Amino acid sequence: MKLSVRTLLKCSLSLLCGANAVSAAEVQVAVAANFTAPMQAIAAAFEEDTGHKAVVAFGATGKFYAQIKHGAPFEVFLAADDKTPAKLEAEGDVVPGTRFTYAIGTLVLWSAKASYVDAKGEVLKSGDFRHLSLANPKTAPYGAAAMAVLDKLGVTSSLQGRMVQGENITQAHQFIATGNAELGFVALSQVYKDGKLTSGSGWIVPADFHDPIRQDAVILTKGKNNPAAAALVAYLKEARAATIIRAYGYEL
Amino acid sequence: MGPLDHVDLAAIWLTLKLASVTTVLLLLIGTPIAWWLARTRSRLKGPIGAVVALPLVLPPTVLGFYLLVAMGPNGFVGQMTQSMGLGTLPFTFAGLVVASVFYSMPFVVQPLQNAFEAIGNRPMEAAATLRAGPWDTFFNVVLPLSKPGFVTAGILGFAHTVGEFGVVLMIGGNIPEKTRVVSVQIYDHVEAMEYTQAHWLSGGMLLFSFLVLLALYSSRLKQNWRG
Repeated sequence: MKLSVRTLLKCSLSLLCGANAVSAAEVQVAVAANFTAPMQAIAAAFEEDTGHKAVVAFGATGKFYAQIKHGAPFEVFLAADDKTPAKLEAEGDVVPGTRFTYAIGTLVLWSAKASYVDAKGEVLKSGDFRHLSLANPKTAPYGAAAMAVLDKLGVTSSLQGRMVQGENITQAHQFIATGNAELGFVALSQVYKDGKLTSGSGWIVPADFHDPIRQDAVILTKGKNNPAAAALVAYLKEARAATIIRAYGYEL
Repeated sequence: MGPLDHVDLAAIWLTLKLASVTTVLLLLIGTPIAWWLARTRSRLKGPIGAVVALPLVLPPTVLGFYLLVAMGPNGFVGQMTQSMGLGTLPFTFAGLVVASVFYSMPFVVQPLQNAFEAIGNRPMEAAATLRAGPWDTFFNVVLPLSKPGFVTAGILGFAHTVGEFGVVLMIGGNIPEKTRVVSVQIYDHVEAMEYTQAHWLSGGMLLFSFLVLLALYSSRLKQNWRG
């Protein structure tokens, strides 16, 4: 990597001068782990189109809730569900009237191995796999949706001893990607780009197998007077963001 | 215990079991390593000592990530365990034990090494002039003289394993009664906003840790008085 002294100087100068620029502002965003890939693309497009910078932290929605309640500096929150933002709103931690659904999540039964998962998910009934990975159903909406699918298929009890839980959807994916679990339920956005799976094999679970995974966003009280916070939330509703969100397999 | 349900109690029991098994294994494995480190003049002393001490410095996530990859079906440890018909280690109690042995190694080896070094050469030479063989010397001279070192090593190894979190989180898979230890259970409670249970378990851990360290430091104080 060639990083000349001049580039470094330029960078540090632009950091110093950045504070003086009137239009560009920074916004601190907490984003649900499942929305990592699209958010990185959206943050880049957002900066390009508006000049504002979105500083993004990815993690579990429940953890962000705890951190927000205890003074975390987040200004916008993109949750993995609609319950947590509603709870924050009821508790007065949200700028009123800013809550909206930015994406509806799609669940996929995925394996890193090619042609391991069939197009109807029959592998759940017949497969001789040792581990089925999912996100913790108690804390992660995608985990809860996965349990609903297993219940609907009537395989919950027969798979009980083979389920392993990631703390969030990212870890559930990691268990499968490293081959430690043969298959598991993850967010479609983690394994999908531009209309097809990026690797392995999967069954995209039909939406009527579980309650819709509505993912809501809010402006938090800390972001009340930050123009970049309002700009980001507005941007999420615009066409360019919508295209990105759809490209990762979310509904709108 | 009102606020703790059977899942919490299972996590506590599992944690104690993990820490006990790990401590026993570590005392067995750690003693020869510490003995070698204390007595050797080999050039390898530096590198081996550094490897043993690595978990003191490394983030548990590094260890957890490497173990997850190495013990997985495509990793070299995983291929070994599979060829022995043992399956793979992640998501099993045995896997947690292996991880904990690595993770708590320096907490057992270093106190033992210090104790062995403190004995010095003279008792060994005295034993040798009395025609004691090496095993005889070890069990009848070294062990009694380094007893405080063993107590410290055992307590620290046990306590450090109880406090393990990052590694277990990365290779455990959160399975009740197999890999869901107290620290992971607390994390879950906090994420699920069940702060009452989180408080009970966290308070318990705090009290436990304090008592362990209190016992350790009080016993050291006593030794110093006598010494």
